[in-house]
Amino acid sequence: MPRVSLTVNGQTVAGEVEGRTLLVQFLREHLQLTGTHVGCDTSQCGCCTVHLNGIGVKSCTVLALACEGAQVTTIEGIAEADKLHPMQEAFREHHGLQCGYCTPGMIMSALDMVRRKGFDLDEKTIRHQLEGNICRCTGYHNIVLAVQAGVKAMKARG
Amino acid sequence: MYDFNYHQPKSVAEAGKLLAADNQKPLAGGMSLLPTLKLRLNRVDGVVDLAALADLQGIRREGDTLIIGATTPHAMVATSADVQQAIPALAKLAESIGDPLVRNRGTIGGSIAHADPGADYPSAVLGLGATVVTNQRQIAGDAFFTGLFETALQPGEIITAVRFPIPEKSGHAKLRQPASRFAIAGVFVSKRAHEVRVAVTGVGPHVFRLTQAEAALAKSFAPAALDGITLDAAGLNSDIHASNVYRANAAVEMTRRAVAAAS
Ligand SMILES: Cc1cc2nc3c(=O)[nH]c(=O)nc-3n(C[C@H](O)[C@H](O)[C@H](O)COP(=O)(O)OP(=O)(O)OC[C@H]3O[C@@H](n4cnc5c(N)ncnc54)[C@H](O)[C@@H]3O)c2cc1C
Ligand code: FES
Ligand code: FES
Repeated sequence: MPRVSLTVNGQTVAGEVEGRTLLVQFLREHLQLTGTHVGCDTSQCGCCTVHLNGIGVKSCTVLALACEGAQVTTIEGIAEADKLHPMQEAFREHHGLQCGYCTPGMIMSALDMVRRKGFDLDEKTIRHQLEGNICRCTGYHNIVLAVQAGVKAMKARG
Repeated sequence: MYDFNYHQPKSVAEAGKLLAADNQKPLAGGMSLLPTLKLRLNRVDGVVDLAALADLQGIRREGDTLIIGATTPHAMVATSADVQQAIPALAKLAESIGDPLVRNRGTIGGSIAHADPGADYPSAVLGLGATVVTNQRQIAGDAFFTGLFETALQPGEIITAVRFPIPEKSGHAKLRQPASRFAIAGVFVSKRAHEVRVAVTGVGPHVFRLTQAEAALAKSFAPAALDGITLDAAGLNSDIHASNVYRANAAVEMTRRAVAAAS
C-alpha cells in the first residue's frame, strides 16, 4: 500500500493508506484525532474542516495521498497547552454549540475566515462566510456571537 | 468509494501519459470528482493529481486577454486584483460559487471539465467568448459545452488554461439554489464594440446563449431593451427546486439584472 507522511499539529506522522483514503479518515482512523467530524457525504456540511498548508479545506474531500509533505492543523492543534484558543474560549463563553457536532468545523472555518478577511468582521460578513458550515441543531445565533467575540479576542491578543 | 490508484505527475506531459491508460481521470480540486466517486455515481481506476503542477496555476494579463490557469482556485479568481480590474463580473461570479471552503479548493478547469448544468464558470466561458486551452489544442468556448456533463474534451485531454478576452463591460447575476448554491438561473453578459453576449446556465442541459436578448441589447445595452423578450420553456430543466417555466422566466430576469449590474 502507498505511504504518506505529513505534519499534523506540528508532529511528523506517516502511515499506509489506500488511494481512496480521505484526509479525514487518515486523521480519525489512523491518528485517532477524532475531533474532526464527518457530517455528510456530499461535501456540504463543513464538520470536517481543517487547515491544509494554512488554508481551510473540507478534509472529507481531500485525498490523504495528496497531503504528502503538507502541514495540517486540526481542532486538536489550536489550543496552547491547556489554554483554549480565543476562538474556542468564545464558543464556550457564548454557548456557541448545542450538541457540539459541528463545532470543530465552525471553529476551524472561523479561523480561516480571519485569515481571508482580517479581524474586522461584522455580523453580516460572519453569517455569509459561514455558508460552508451547517449546524444541524440550528444554533446559528450563538455561533455568530461566538465568532464575533472570538475575533475580537484574537485582535486584542494581537 | 471504490479504491483507485493515485498518481502525482511532475509535468503536464507526464500527466498526459498517465491519462492514456484505461479509466484514469484528472483530479484538480476534487470538489466535484470526489463527491461523485463517494456516491458511486462514477468509478475510476486511477486519478492523476494536477494540483502540484505549478504551470497550470495562476492569473496573468496579456494585452486584451486575461489568462487563468486551469488549477487556479475560485478564491484566487475572486480576490485577484487583475480579474477585478479587467473583468469585474468574473471575480463576482467566482465569489458566488459554493462556499468559502469550496472556493479554497475548487478550480476553474475542474468546473468547466465537469460541466454541471448548474455550474457558474461555463456562463463566463460562453458569455465572454473565451478559448479553452488544452495540452493538445485550443477549443473555442462556443464549441466546448456539448451536453449534460459533456464537453468537447477527448479522454486524457487536460485543460491547461482559459483565455478570456477583456470586454468593455460585463455583468453577472445568479439565482442560487440556497442549499447547494449552484445556479437555478445564472447569466453572464458582456459587451464589446462589435458584439453583445448573453450566456445562461442552470436553465438547460448545458450553458447556452440567449440570442434574442443579445440582438436586443446590441441595439441598446439597457435592461429596458429586454422588455417583451421571453424564453420558450420546452425542454428546459425542471426539478424540485424550480420548474422549467420558472427557470425560463428567471433566465430573462437574471439577464436584466446582469445588464443593470454591468460595469
Ligand atoms: C458544496 C458544494 C457547492 C458547490 N457550489 C457550486 C456553485 O455554486 N457553482 C459552481 O459552479 N460550482 C459549485 N460547486 C462545484 C465546484 O465549483 C467544483 O470545484 C468544480 O465543479 C470542480 O472543480 P474541481 O477543481 O474541484 O474539480 P475536480 O472535482 O477535481 O474534477 C471535476 C472533473 O473535471 C475533471 N478535470 C479537473 N481538472 C481538469 C483539467 N485541468 N483538465 C481536464 N479535466 C479536468 C476531472 O477529471 C473531473 O471529471 C460546488 C461544490 C460543492 C462541493
Ligand atoms: S463531512 Fe466534509 S463537508 Fe460534510
Ligand atoms: S451544535 Fe449540533 S450540529 Fe451544531
